Amino acid sequence: MELEKIHYDNKIVKAFIIASVIFGIVGMTVGLLAAIQLFYPIFNFDLQYTSFGRIRPLHTNAVIFAFVGNAMFAGVYYSLQRLLKTRMFSDGLSWIHFWGWQLIILAAAITLPLGITTSKEYAELEWPIDIAIALIWVVFGINMIGSIIKRREKHMYVAIWFYIATFVTVAVLHIVNSFEIPVTLFKSYSWYAGVQDALVQWWYGHNAVAFFLTTPYLGMMYYFLPKAANRPVYSYRLSIIHFWSLIFLYIWAGPHHLLYTALPDWAQSLGVVFSIMLIAPSWGGMLNGLLTLRGAWDRVREDPVLKFMVVAVTAYGMATLEGPLLSLKNVNAIAHFTDWIVAHVHVGALGWNGFLIFGMLYWIVPRMWGTKLYSTQLANIHFWLGTLGIIFYALPMYTAGVVQSLMWKEFNPDGFLTYPNFLETTAKIIPLYMLRAVGGGLYLTGVFIMTYNLIKTAYAGKFVANEEAEVAPMVKSSSESGGWHHVLESKPVLFTTLALVAILIGGIIELVPTFLIKSNIPTITSVTPYTPLELHGRDIYIREGCVGCHSQMVRPFRSEVQRYDPKFGEYSKAGEYVYDHPFLWGSKRTGPDLQRVGGKYADSWHYRHMLSPGDVSNGSIMPSYPWLFEQVIDKSLTAGKIKALRTVGVPYEQGYEDLATADLEKQAAKISENLKMEGYEVVPEAEIVALISYLQRLGMDIKAEKKIE
Amino acid sequence: MYKEILATIDNVAIWPVISFVIFFSFFLGLLWWAFTVDGGFIRTMSQLPLEDGTDSTQPANSSPL
Repeated sequence: MELEKIHYDNKIVKAFIIASVIFGIVGMTVGLLAAIQLFYPIFNFDLQYTSFGRIRPLHTNAVIFAFVGNAMFAGVYYSLQRLLKTRMFSDGLSWIHFWGWQLIILAAAITLPLGITTSKEYAELEWPIDIAIALIWVVFGINMIGSIIKRREKHMYVAIWFYIATFVTVAVLHIVNSFEIPVTLFKSYSWYAGVQDALVQWWYGHNAVAFFLTTPYLGMMYYFLPKAANRPVYSYRLSIIHFWSLIFLYIWAGPHHLLYTALPDWAQSLGVVFSIMLIAPSWGGMLNGLLTLRGAWDRVREDPVLKFMVVAVTAYGMATLEGPLLSLKNVNAIAHFTDWIVAHVHVGALGWNGFLIFGMLYWIVPRMWGTKLYSTQLANIHFWLGTLGIIFYALPMYTAGVVQSLMWKEFNPDGFLTYPNFLETTAKIIPLYMLRAVGGGLYLTGVFIMTYNLIKTAYAGKFVANEEAEVAPMVKSSSESGGWHHVLESKPVLFTTLALVAILIGGIIELVPTFLIKSNIPTITSVTPYTPLELHGRDIYIREGCVGCHSQMVRPFRSEVQRYDPKFGEYSKAGEYVYDHPFLWGSKRTGPDLQRVGGKYADSWHYRHMLSPGDVSNGSIMPSYPWLFEQVIDKSLTAGKIKALRTVGVPYEQGYEDLATADLEKQAAKISENLKMEGYEVVPEAEIVALISYLQRLGMDIKAEKKIE
Repeated sequence: MYKEILATIDNVAIWPVISFVIFFSFFLGLLWWAFTVDGGFIRTMSQLPLEDGTDSTQPANSSPL
């Protein structure tokens, strides 16, 4: 048979690798800063652009979409060409994809510190950037499907299935979760409200973990691990079962992020059941990866690539056992809202994603530059720094999570909370926050060493931009014995459609009932839309990322009801959130829940607290917000906000937008006068006034109803 | 008079059941396929990453760093 000469495009892989390493360093450095801010609040610098609430999303977006994302594209572009025995479909599309993605990252790096955010976790970017993401993602998809269509290898290796599932699912998740109504170029409101918004967000959030951080990396594991170990995967059969069961199950598990919340019970149970079932495919995949090394374990001792990959796959196994366990309601009751969750995601991010990336880079870079790794010893040092970094990160956070949660729940013999002051429980875990920063620092040091090692490697070799390969043209396979699945994976478009159907079934059955059946959200008559001033205040709350540390979800536990609503004993009800676009339930309590904070303190308390939290609550680690006292709200936006919210179903009367500013000024003047009487001079337009109005509103509706009764 | 319950909806209990049925029927089909498929095909597939037609990633060059 005549062999054809083709050239694989290494240049695009190189570009994505460089971007991944640079943004990895940036993202982890910002993460380290955020970690330090939690025990030295002075590192918030009293600057709005560097306060914790704004840079936390910068950290998460940078490491997820810039570090892990770019490395994913590098891995996909490298392996896809070689598995399909073809160059990418279009070099032009490859470069549009690359530069488009980097521009999106740049836009995120600018807008997030500016406080331009939707506040929905891992989907913080505002609507113009959302549209850009969708477009660039489609470019990636066209380039990938195009390459698959022009391939010279009849059958698609399992890694490619994982890539296809990634493309299809992330597209669906991103589009569905990003439905929002624009108010200005940089401000929008989520199309969904309250419980529905929460369900959509965590259907997205969970599956962003599944299909952005997991499936593409499993594809890369199935490619790079056999390459590095120089032996085929342990069981190809198992990999097929792994793939289908994983994508079928993952899409259902989202509600486990909302256990004991106001989400309907059936949806919570659905999330729990599917999460537990996920153990099977996840561990099947982990064992498949580890068993690929059977008979080659001696090489793991010598080869840093294999070391990194073994720890990565092990971390995948640990995180995917821990995840389902955290989904059990009794475990979740303790772990949710605590640092345990932070530890859990970092075992996944640092261990699974990070170490698989490092292993891949140590394998790929010497080959693309036609040389050997500059220093195996430095790679080993990196390995140990990284491993210690993960341990020093995770163990203190597990301890912190359990300690704080138990303190939240402890009652004294008289039936009162032993630690009624939330701050006591935070103070207790400060030393653990310090240890965590040490872990993060070790890990980051390792990354610097790797960067040096890889640069030295590249300088020692010569970059092969177009790697030559001799391959046979595609012929009809002589063996048709693979049956229906065999036919299926030789038809990429049909395969893509079926993968789409698989994930849509889960998505639709999970989401649609909550949207269609009204009884899912019992109405509470005393719950009314926010006033114009409260709306502005809520938008400031969103801008400052308050949701990063404060939940608005009192779960139905005695300990929580007594802590957050001792007078009326009300936990959070779905009906309280019907006008919340977006929902602000939060996922972490570094500070106390705020759902019932309205009326708890005087306006002046909030005024002093926002100006200098440490002076009001001794030992508080909350940042100061001095700019809220200087900046004023833009009243010209009020009408637009009212109209946008009416469009998505908030019952403001027609024409109310014309009266809204007058209402706003009246309410602001009242708060400003209140403050003046207590000796605090502030203009009514100051942002702090709007924020105070919002904070004082929280939970008041349900209290009003109690009074009526 | 308002009485709060964590939304109990009898008629949507069918949804999780539907989900189980769909998933398990597909999964059983998949298992059946995986265990009956021809071994030669499986071997060919699992060799794919190791045969990409280039020099740099040939097995002989894969081991040393």
